[in-house]
Amino acid sequence: MEDLRFEHSVRTRAGGTRQSAIVGVVASGNLEVLVERVLPDAECAIEIRTAAVGFGEVWTAVIGDFVDRYSPGGLRFSINDGGARPDTVSLRLAQAVRSITENGQ
Amino acid sequence: MTAPFKDITLTERACSTSFYESSARTRLELLLDAGSFVEFIGPEQREVSPHLKIFDLPEQFDDGIVVGHGRLDGSPVFVAAQEGRFMGGAFGEVHGAKLTGLLRAARQIASIPVLILFDTGGVRLQEANAGELAIAEIMRAVMEARSAGVKVVGLIGGRSGCYGGGGLTAGCCSALAVSEPGRIAVSGPEVIETNRGVEEFDSRDRALVWRTMGGKHRRLLGAADVFADDNVQDFREAALELLGLIGPFGLDSLKAEQERLADRLSRYGACLDAVDIWAAEGIAHAESVPELPSDQFITLAERIGRTNRDAR
Amino acid sequence: MTSWQNNRARRDARIAAGAVLARGKVVEAGNATRLLEAVIRPGDRICLEGDNQKQADLLSRALLAVDLSRVNDLHMVQSGVVLPEHLDLFDRGIAKRLDYAYSGPQSARIARMLFGGKIELGAVHTYLELFARYFIDLTPHVALIAAVSADHDGNLYTGPNTEDTPTVVEATAFKDGIVIAQVNEIVEHVPRVDIPADRVHFVVKSDKPFFVEPLFTRDPAAITEGQILTAMLAIKGIYAPYGVQRLNHGIGFSTAAIELLLPTFGERLGLKGKIATHFALNPHPALIPAIESGWVRQIHSFGSEVGMDDYIRARSDVYFTGSDGSLRSNRAFCQTAGLYACDMFIGSTLQIDLQGNSSTVTTSRIAGFGGAPNMGADARGRRHPSEPWLKAGAESDPDGSPLMRRGRKLVVQIGETFGDKNVPLFVEKLDAIELAEKLELELAPIMIYGDDVTHIVTEEGVANLLLCRTAQEREQAIRGVAGYTDVGRRRDHGMVAHLRERGVIRRPEDIGINPLDADRSLLAARSIKDLVRWSGGLYTPPSKFRNW
Repeated sequence: MEDLRFEHSVRTRAGGTRQSAIVGVVASGNLEVLVERVLPDAECAIEIRTAAVGFGEVWTAVIGDFVDRYSPGGLRFSINDGGARPDTVSLRLAQAVRSITENGQ
Repeated sequence: MTAPFKDITLTERACSTSFYESSARTRLELLLDAGSFVEFIGPEQREVSPHLKIFDLPEQFDDGIVVGHGRLDGSPVFVAAQEGRFMGGAFGEVHGAKLTGLLRAARQIASIPVLILFDTGGVRLQEANAGELAIAEIMRAVMEARSAGVKVVGLIGGRSGCYGGGGLTAGCCSALAVSEPGRIAVSGPEVIETNRGVEEFDSRDRALVWRTMGGKHRRLLGAADVFADDNVQDFREAALELLGLIGPFGLDSLKAEQERLADRLSRYGACLDAVDIWAAEGIAHAESVPELPSDQFITLAERIGRTNRDAR
Repeated sequence: MTSWQNNRARRDARIAAGAVLARGKVVEAGNATRLLEAVIRPGDRICLEGDNQKQADLLSRALLAVDLSRVNDLHMVQSGVVLPEHLDLFDRGIAKRLDYAYSGPQSARIARMLFGGKIELGAVHTYLELFARYFIDLTPHVALIAAVSADHDGNLYTGPNTEDTPTVVEATAFKDGIVIAQVNEIVEHVPRVDIPADRVHFVVKSDKPFFVEPLFTRDPAAITEGQILTAMLAIKGIYAPYGVQRLNHGIGFSTAAIELLLPTFGERLGLKGKIATHFALNPHPALIPAIESGWVRQIHSFGSEVGMDDYIRARSDVYFTGSDGSLRSNRAFCQTAGLYACDMFIGSTLQIDLQGNSSTVTTSRIAGFGGAPNMGADARGRRHPSEPWLKAGAESDPDGSPLMRRGRKLVVQIGETFGDKNVPLFVEKLDAIELAEKLELELAPIMIYGDDVTHIVTEEGVANLLLCRTAQEREQAIRGVAGYTDVGRRRDHGMVAHLRERGVIRRPEDIGINPLDADRSLLAARSIKDLVRWSGGLYTPPSKFRNW
């Protein structure tokens, strides 16, 4: 297992009022993303525990593009990764943002 | 961003969502009354397995089981749903403790039924002793809850089936609903093949696996009381039906269950294949049972009439 | 005096030697090896029918058991090297030289044997090439074929898996060769005559049916969100704008996803009747929902597929069927149809390089070519126009004279940027080149050449290579859809942005697709059971695909 952590300053706060959401499951080639609204509006953090060791560079690129695109201010993402492909990671992160910014609950 | 199901009601979604394919969380969301689910020990509490990191394996924040309470057609229920894709839905220490705790709470309150959405290959190998202990605790907790008057219903139709300790626990429940892709057994196909040889059981012959352990056979034998279509809405309706059917529990029903099982053994103990059992039940064209559409199958199962309604 | 009928005389002598073992044309299975010893001569060219699907397995075993002093040094000319026995022949020294087209399950062993010098390789072909050479310089002396049944005269019924048989028999029987057929049963009357008796010299009754592998069944349950997204991009980004009606699909999960999205996503886009109406395609179970929804008008097939027989029989408006009602497939004709009468090929591959060359070879496996290169190549001999063909031609040569400009076949590579076990689809250098160097081959085994590829579709977007004007643009267009692979991350961001402005690269949002909508609920069938339901119970999948 390998632990990675990314912190980014972002332009805007993520919308919605939900405090947390979870998407995905931990399985081979899959991952879970737990997202919680616990940070100041201009910050975001992503913590990763991954079964695939040695892909820090790819994670850096995936997370960089994700933060740039969604500006998820105020959110902390906690990821348990079963060795998912980068495109799956991008998709789950986007789903996590959609979940927590949805209205209701 | 567009939500794909924006203009679809929850019921419509539940009708079109495969139980087999869904995650544990989706099953609960669609099974219960809209928005009624409240989770105990949710993923944000990070109650993960204490064992997996020793084996350098990834954890899941809910340890593969979601427990909580909600409403079913307005009435309160306790629920537990296993996530069959995380380590095959296997029971570990935390996973098991969450279910045991839920059952003990139900026993204490004594009036709120429990729904268990099984999806498990059995005990998690990496925490074998803790997992085996958990199964024993869960089975005891089921029986104690039932003794206190709690109805415990198992819903089975997930990818990982209901095997090992899951199969044992299902056997302790007040009643079960199962779908066609659902499987219920203690030893899984690969285990039987490994221990007894491929001549005894060819685990890759999927038609054999399903006619031996699958939902249709379990319903015909009376191990399961209701046959559900593979969508969450049908499981919801099955759960409601079963909650209405379950009778009181006590020594008499245990004796009746013992008699039912003894009778089953004497009738079919010599059968070598499920098809022989179906033929012995007087089903014409028994070999075509796996191909029957569910409405025709349900009619057949009702006619054969094997249930354990007076037993269990 | 010169004789001009030596070959005929030799053939007659061989038949006479074999006839001793036969009653009429029928030889007992137990005598199959003696029959082969009687009719085969050292150094003969032998076609041991190994098709993509159907295998003359009894005759392979019989050939493997021959007396090495009587039968040796054979030159095997067969499309598929699929059974272990096919290679055991070389290990035993019965066969020495090999010309073939496809070696799916034996691809690792064939590479080892080539490297170890056990096999003298002629060439690896595409199906059409090998068939063509049967009539020029690789004509078999003896063909060992497989059929479902024979009558006492030797008329053969091949069943739905006719595949290569007519081509093999044509080349052998009309050039003084011997044709030996293994059949599952001998009957009074065959249901239909696929091979007339006067082209068949001996018939061996097998004690069990010939082996057929379900190669074209993709379980919808295994289709991922990523594959659904690429399929949506292909439908909306390529099928729709070009109006592709006549096409061939590869066998991967991405194309299965396309087939399952036609009645849902495709229907919503109003594309029914406008795309995907005529196919050169095996009977893919995944196409059942589209057929049942009235999308598909006609399908011609290379071979059949296990479990599809009753469905095909009941849908003869769509499939080609014989007087008996069952499917008639024909690999040579269907390959020709795919090459000349289809406007698009779309399929997956294992590796794509910076020029767009693709290969399914890894350093330790030679899977051969099969038919994909015949589908996935521009047909230079094509003369009839069609809308997609002309549009593609105009895109690649906008300044050319419309009356003189050639059209282009759409050759589309579809896949996710990372494949199985997170192996990247895009590479700087193909493994095929390394393999060619190691084995000292004259040509690297390229499945689809870059200059034939017109589009690449991944989850990141669609690259239209027809619109690239320089090698550098082409490279950046490919890098621009290569995702987070090393190739993708080494893109020139400025140039990729520029290519996107020109529509060379189109992202999901440029095509009006939200990746978050790529959901399994879009699939018309999400399981094999769903396919059975769509077929009204006519599709009967093999046991390995069941979960009921």
